[in-house]
Amino acid sequence: MLHIPCPHCGLRNETEFHYGAEAGVAYPDPNAITDSEWAKYLHIRSNPKGWHAERWVHFAGCGRWFNLWRNTITHEIGPVYLPFTTQPKSPDNL
Amino acid sequence: MSEVSFIFDHKVYKGYKGEPLAAALLRNGLLSITNSTYHNRPRSVIGLGVEEPNAIVQLTSGTQESMLPATVIEVEDGLAACSLTGVGSLPEMPDEARYDKTNHYVDVLVIGAGLAGLKAADEHLRAGREVLLVDDQPEPGGHVRHLGLELSSAMQDVLKHKNLTYLRSCTAIGLYDQNYIVAVERRNGQQKKSLQNKTALIRVWHIRADHAVLAPGAFQRPLIFANNDRPGIMLSHSAATYVAKYAVNIFKTAVIVTVDNQGYRDALRLHNAGVKVHGIFDARSEASGKSVDAVKAAGIPVQYRATVLDTTSNEEGILQSIIMQELDTNKTFQVQADLLAISGGWTPIVDLATHIGIKPQWSEEHAAFIVCRSSDKLTTVGMLAGDFGSDDKPAVFFGPTLDAEQARYAYIDLQRDATLHDLSRAVGAGLSSIEHIKRYTTIGTAHDQGKTSGMLTIGALCQLSAVAKDGIQNLSPADIGTLSFRPPYIPVSFAVLAGRERGLLSDPIRITALHQLHVDAGAVFEDVGQWKRPWYFPKPGESMNDAVRRECIAARNTVAVMDASTLGKIDIQGPDAAIFLDRIYTNMFSNLPAGQCRYGLMCKADGIVFDDGVTTRLGENHFLMTTTTGGAARVLAWLEEWLQTEWPDLKVYCTSVTEHISTIALVGPKSRQLLRELVTDIDLSKDAFPFMHSKTATIDNIPVRIARISFSGELAFEINIEWGYARHIWERLWTLGRSYDLTAYGTETMHVLRAEKGYVIMGQDTDGTQTPYDLNMSWIVSKKKEFIGKRSFQLSYLNSKGRPQLVGLLPEKENEVIPEGAYITVLDAQADEFGKTSHIGFVTSSYYSPALSRAFALALIAGGLNRMGEVVAVPVGEKVLQASICDAIFIDKENIRRD
Repeated sequence: MLHIPCPHCGLRNETEFHYGAEAGVAYPDPNAITDSEWAKYLHIRSNPKGWHAERWVHFAGCGRWFNLWRNTITHEIGPVYLPFTTQPKSPDNL
Repeated sequence: MSEVSFIFDHKVYKGYKGEPLAAALLRNGLLSITNSTYHNRPRSVIGLGVEEPNAIVQLTSGTQESMLPATVIEVEDGLAACSLTGVGSLPEMPDEARYDKTNHYVDVLVIGAGLAGLKAADEHLRAGREVLLVDDQPEPGGHVRHLGLELSSAMQDVLKHKNLTYLRSCTAIGLYDQNYIVAVERRNGQQKKSLQNKTALIRVWHIRADHAVLAPGAFQRPLIFANNDRPGIMLSHSAATYVAKYAVNIFKTAVIVTVDNQGYRDALRLHNAGVKVHGIFDARSEASGKSVDAVKAAGIPVQYRATVLDTTSNEEGILQSIIMQELDTNKTFQVQADLLAISGGWTPIVDLATHIGIKPQWSEEHAAFIVCRSSDKLTTVGMLAGDFGSDDKPAVFFGPTLDAEQARYAYIDLQRDATLHDLSRAVGAGLSSIEHIKRYTTIGTAHDQGKTSGMLTIGALCQLSAVAKDGIQNLSPADIGTLSFRPPYIPVSFAVLAGRERGLLSDPIRITALHQLHVDAGAVFEDVGQWKRPWYFPKPGESMNDAVRRECIAARNTVAVMDASTLGKIDIQGPDAAIFLDRIYTNMFSNLPAGQCRYGLMCKADGIVFDDGVTTRLGENHFLMTTTTGGAARVLAWLEEWLQTEWPDLKVYCTSVTEHISTIALVGPKSRQLLRELVTDIDLSKDAFPFMHSKTATIDNIPVRIARISFSGELAFEINIEWGYARHIWERLWTLGRSYDLTAYGTETMHVLRAEKGYVIMGQDTDGTQTPYDLNMSWIVSKKKEFIGKRSFQLSYLNSKGRPQLVGLLPEKENEVIPEGAYITVLDAQADEFGKTSHIGFVTSSYYSPALSRAFALALIAGGLNRMGEVVAVPVGEKVLQASICDAIFIDKENIRRD
């Protein structure tokens, strides 16, 4: 069970959160892209082995969405950041 | 210690309160406790704790729990148990004991109260930290306790420290990410109390620690030799502990076979307790140390480079003599003894470390896998970290070389009756991975999860590889690696994990403000998510079909009423609320005038329909959205996700008001007439109050909001009231409704009525792959604006010809209601060249319609909208029914009835 630092409420158990897939996938302008680009937006995510920027929502707490870096091998949690703020560097590059 | 009576296999024995049942059984001379699962061979206790593979028993008193090792059950007055042959049975009655759980946050968690654990706890306490110490034994001290020694006063002080919490008989069963640990605390001696006073028998601890110290210690391991399973053969540490600490005096003569100095220490304990030790047979060529010197001083003979090859038994299968082998000459000789004590080396308990993915390292020096960790989060100490606390140099030795016949009775996993022969067969079949071999031979898959057999398997595999001609060759344990252990470390019953969350407390139950009235009216309920909804309201003697038919007729011919309060309701406010809804729904909401309602459909970005419902515009910047009963939380989360992560510029606030507003649906041609008696301050006529309009009114001075919404196609009014007033309004309707023969209806009738009108239920008539077009709802997809999912409708796969589409289905036989979920195929006449009739869809909703006087159904059929009139086959059991495809709207296509 992950221990997730909600930027608004502090450290909480994973059971209070929902996972929201990869962070930083921009919603494209639907009318400016091809079918295959749209399909890529819908279905293709990076799924790395190692550090991964992802979205979480503290649904059983403050209800707010936020982003964090998580290592998919060790489950270590890296920097946490709010939506519409600059994504911190991957802990690999620190 | 006080003497008490207990029952084992229907006989009364004496034992001491608090001692392990295994010790009491041995002292009473019960050497052969049970027969093995597959080979039916007599077996006795070999271990001291949770590693015990043989002596598995079932309680016949108290909770009647099954599959417990006799080594961990504590004797208490009135205890009753019986032996098992590998398979337990669940008691007939429910487990009435109380089980609890608790959360704990702590600076440092120390697992294991042996010397290493206590020392680690001491260091952290000195540094000013709070420490939680859990230990699976009833008393602290680990091996020190088994040796019958007292803890030093310094260690006693550690246990008394004010910043230390010590949990005895508490086993850590799982180590998870970020130092989350689950432990179960057995509160021994509580059986009777728990059943009578509901004190907790077992408590589950959910622990989060800044730092975890693993000091779990080690299990002694056996050796592989022929007939190594006979009663009378035990691990030396267990044998010496039972004899010296628990006064088990059934053994007269003992032989020690060892690969390390532990055998010497145990030989001394047996010798000092009065057992005649014939000799120590050590696989090593030399040994030194304090214990070796002490053995020599005591006059116990030692023979190096010798080990046990085979054993013989008496008629009862109990050990009689031991066949020894000189390892350098292969010469054999026989020794008589009633105890064969084996010391095959130590296996540190790596289980918890492997739970979080740590790979133990092979140490030739220790002849064991160890885990050395020291990080700011996790430290391993004691035997797990290779600190065996002695001057020992154990041999890497798992048993003598055996011939094929001997291998058949050379047991590796006693509980599974898996032998060296089985292992050879696995290797012969080409398996080389320890994980594959485990599954092929079943070694390590029993109740004990290979606590004594895992390392033996690895050792035996190395020995086999040394003589292998091809495939695996000359493997060392380092090449093989350990098995991956998974939580729980010991078996834990479901009752323990469930705690108090059983029965009514297993899941929240949600009821409406009118629930008790429905109960009083004799409603039969169905679960919709966590909600209890009336399913139908049978009158005395009525079947479900009778009741539903009567309810349907009332709604279509006179007037009927339903509690629709479970509908999800979301209050949406803000200057950008209309723009927001335009983006969420496939159809337009910004052009909806205040005081009007509109049915809306929402899709996910992939174009798949996700939820639906009617949304009312209460004011310029204020909407009340309704969702499906099951979808309320999902939809709110969806709205929030878009507002927070894509459109933070929109000023919109969403609030769940499901439990604030009760909804009563009044349905039927006479509904307006009945409502007029109750609502006098607004004009309810069709011209003043058109369909899909919403107005505020009062009933008995209670403010209500009434909407002309119909989920049946009939004239209908939905009355929204504050939750607390709902009961009053419902009761008033019933008083006035008597002269109208007002009928209450439940969800089943609601389903029939809506299906007759072709109204879709998300999740019943859809399977998570339908677009609005697949549901024949192109009319609801706006061409004028952007909304979530719109772009996907251009994708080729959402426009392919064979997509399942929602259609109606009329069974050939008018009274034959096709089961929901039934497969639909083409007729035999359309079979392909191989005689196959292809599957083209399935039935999603199916009922008998009193209005149509026939059965009807809705179905998803490949390309269904272009197959109108086609007759299809519906195989149901042995029968093949026939039905014809038709439009999904069965009643009132012209929408006349709703006014």
